[in-house]
Amino acid sequence: MSTTMVDPATSNAPESALANRARFASLVQRQGALAIFVVVVAVASVSFDSFASQGNITGIAVQASFLAMLALGMTFVIMTGGIDLSVGSVFALGGVLAAWGAQHGTLVAFVLPLAVCGAIGLVQGLVIARGALPPFIVTLAGLLFARGLLLLLSDEGATTYKVPRGSSFRELAQGELLGIPYPVILVVVFFAIGGLVLHRTSYGASVLAIGGQEDAADLMGLPVVRTKVLTYVASALLAGFGGVMIASYTSSGVTILGVGTELEAIAAVVLGGTLLTGGAGTVLGTLVGVLLLQVIKNVINQIGSLDSDWQSVVSGTILLLVVTLQRVLTRGDRT
Amino acid sequence: MTQHSSAAPAAAVGVGDPVLQTVGVTKSFGGVHALKGVDFELRAGEIHTLVGENGAGKSTLIKVLTGVYTPDGGEVRYAGETVHFRRPSDAQHVGISTIYQEVNLVPLLSVARNIFLGREPRRFGLIDVGAMNRRARELMAELGIDIDVTAELGRLGLGAQQMVALARAMSVDSRVVIMDEPTSSLESAEVDTLFRVARGLRDRGVGLVFVSHRLDELWELCDRVTILRDGEWVHTGPMTEMTRLDLVAKMLGRDIEEVRAEGATEFGSSHLQGGEPALLVSGLEVANRLHGVDLTVRPGEVVGLAGLLGSGRSETVKAVYGALKARSGEVTVAGRKVRTGSVRGALASGIALLSEDRKAEGIVPDLSVRDNIALAVLPRMSRAGVVSEARIDALVDTFMKRLRIKASSPDQKVRELSGGNQQKVLIARWLATEPTVFLLDEPTRGIDVGAKAEVQGLIDELAEQGLAVVLISSEMDELVEGADRIVVLHDGHVQAELDSTDLSSSELLAALAGDRETDSQTSTQAEGQHA
Ligand SMILES: Nc1ncnc2c1ncn2[C@@H]1O[C@H](COP(=O)(O)OP(=O)(O)OP(=O)(O)O)[C@@H](O)[C@H]1O
Ligand SMILES: [Mg+2]
Repeated sequence: MSTTMVDPATSNAPESALANRARFASLVQRQGALAIFVVVVAVASVSFDSFASQGNITGIAVQASFLAMLALGMTFVIMTGGIDLSVGSVFALGGVLAAWGAQHGTLVAFVLPLAVCGAIGLVQGLVIARGALPPFIVTLAGLLFARGLLLLLSDEGATTYKVPRGSSFRELAQGELLGIPYPVILVVVFFAIGGLVLHRTSYGASVLAIGGQEDAADLMGLPVVRTKVLTYVASALLAGFGGVMIASYTSSGVTILGVGTELEAIAAVVLGGTLLTGGAGTVLGTLVGVLLLQVIKNVINQIGSLDSDWQSVVSGTILLLVVTLQRVLTRGDRT
Repeated sequence: MTQHSSAAPAAAVGVGDPVLQTVGVTKSFGGVHALKGVDFELRAGEIHTLVGENGAGKSTLIKVLTGVYTPDGGEVRYAGETVHFRRPSDAQHVGISTIYQEVNLVPLLSVARNIFLGREPRRFGLIDVGAMNRRARELMAELGIDIDVTAELGRLGLGAQQMVALARAMSVDSRVVIMDEPTSSLESAEVDTLFRVARGLRDRGVGLVFVSHRLDELWELCDRVTILRDGEWVHTGPMTEMTRLDLVAKMLGRDIEEVRAEGATEFGSSHLQGGEPALLVSGLEVANRLHGVDLTVRPGEVVGLAGLLGSGRSETVKAVYGALKARSGEVTVAGRKVRTGSVRGALASGIALLSEDRKAEGIVPDLSVRDNIALAVLPRMSRAGVVSEARIDALVDTFMKRLRIKASSPDQKVRELSGGNQQKVLIARWLATEPTVFLLDEPTRGIDVGAKAEVQGLIDELAEQGLAVVLISSEMDELVEGADRIVVLHDGHVQAELDSTDLSSSELLAALAGDRETDSQTSTQAEGQHA
């Protein structure tokens, strides 16, 4: 839109001031995390010589790539107005299954975890969408189920499956293209597809409509049930794939992974400007949210004297700050 | 009219042949029999109105016709064949588009998105955002609405949202278009546009169902009428064979003579006006909306606010109530200054607002009728924190009877009431608070003739007891007869003040139409600049 438009419901005069304010507010809503991210990166680069080194940057990117996969799925779930608490456990389960599967060939290492995780997502999605049960409860059950399954598989964590030496499966997360590790490339590709799906497909349109006003979406004839089921399946698949990646990266199935990771994913999504009530947001924002959380961790590690527990304290504070800012700026400009 | 996609082929239906029918349809919700064997027949190329009191079953019938509800008994026929729509999309696929009673769009999405949700224009399999926005702009231009189609829908007023719903309905090639109270939040110019669109569709052989509690509209637009009463079919026939009295009598189930005895509106003559102003507003400014509004209302006086969409009527009462932040200006109630920008402050000073957007700002759908009514009076009805249940029951009972709120019991959830009855519950809530100043934004929207008269009578009665009332209504009769004085707003400031004693609705309309001309000139100029 190149022209200033008139809102007939409010005034007949061009509302440049109001429009500007609204635009600014929505900019902060979407890019608040980006602003903080830029500041943190700038300060860190100046303060620590090692921060801006290629090795460190690559490290941050790879570390962030696992959470990014979970957060991408979570973005869609939250946009439908739901929540998925199971992703941390599903992520860990995917990792263990992949490591176990790698002993039987690379194909198994991919197919097995994705099949199991996809099935968990399918069941959750069906119960939520058809049974109209609250996502919070259903995915909490999913969390317990996946964690329990994982403990059974690993004899309460006593057995750690190793990816065989020389297995091509290791390539997935340890290989690189033009110096860029595969996980980073995968994240970029997945997020690009995610953005396209959200804004340019009818599935994406349904996701936003359902989160915005579910009754209306139903009356408009949108496939509410199908969209929700697909969303939970996608979320579980992405979490499972994150697990596959980390199994490849660590060459083993680490059972203690993923505890509380679902909450980190939610934090990243919210930092990225997606409304927790659903209906609006971007996947790019989520990516920034993930990176911000990872950079904070990294910076605190750089300050050798600080305990790593400070990571959560700082992340929590920043989350509160960003959310408050979004709230203050968007308040009172809708009539 | 632009056509964007075509309905699935169905058996040919000639003009005048039945296109959508129900035969003996029944539907109950728990113990409530909303439809008791209703026969209804819509023909291709006619505009058919469904008439009935609030809670008569109009919306329920529409939802049965369009796959939102499955009937308990009876059948639905489309183009002569029995159909079983299981969900709204089934009905849409065969060419039935519906505007449901509540504006059912997604506020967070853009106007263009809302128009095309579920059937966006594509290129290479992906949504073509550019084409979507362009078509949306064309559609809105056809409807004479100048808005940014990329703006969030929720930022628009209700009237504009309603027009977006209309644009959505006309963006597909339908055989049947159903509109459940589409005009309830529209101004006369928008109503004219809607009628023009509706007639255009009829002339192309589309069958239309139209519901409205503004009875005059029915004779202007509709060819045939079906009357429902208490979920039962009462009458079907040509509109021209019906007089207004006849219609009202059939719909209420009363004698014509009895109805004749009551006038057009229930408002009496002017009220006593004396003493200090109860409400004094001076220089009220809201960024970009109001540019210095002055208003004086004496105890016992009803002041009407008139103006077009965007003139600032709703904004004025919202700002007085503190729901909209005022940049400057003063509000005093009975000589005492009210803190602006604070709803609590306004409430404490005795200001009550029945707001325009009831769904968003008032009703608590999951609470019972009783609790919804009692919500605002609880502080007054309790002594030392203990609520007097008996007094509340008595109060609720009075209002339910007086406003004829149709509910299975005071404990029924408000969500389950018909649209008009939800409206009455809110009116009751505010009336029960016995305010000093009562701001009413479209108080009779969506309620049937009988209850309308009751509400008007109540407003009158309260004014006689010394309440100061500000009344906004897009129904000219209601303003002219209800108000003692009419303040005409234009573009956020007071343009004129008219004494309503010897004013006719057509004169008021003419005064407003003068406005409209200046408006369209400016907007044409603006468009010229944009091009
Ligand atoms: N979901 C529901 N649960 C229980 N009762 C319902 C439900 N929907 C409608 N009803 C009841 O069915 C009856 C008919 O309601 P309906 O909404 O069809 O009325 P209406 O004719 O459209 O009225 P209005 O003019 O007020 O819109 C009412 O008594 C209402 O309380
Ligand atoms: Mg209705």
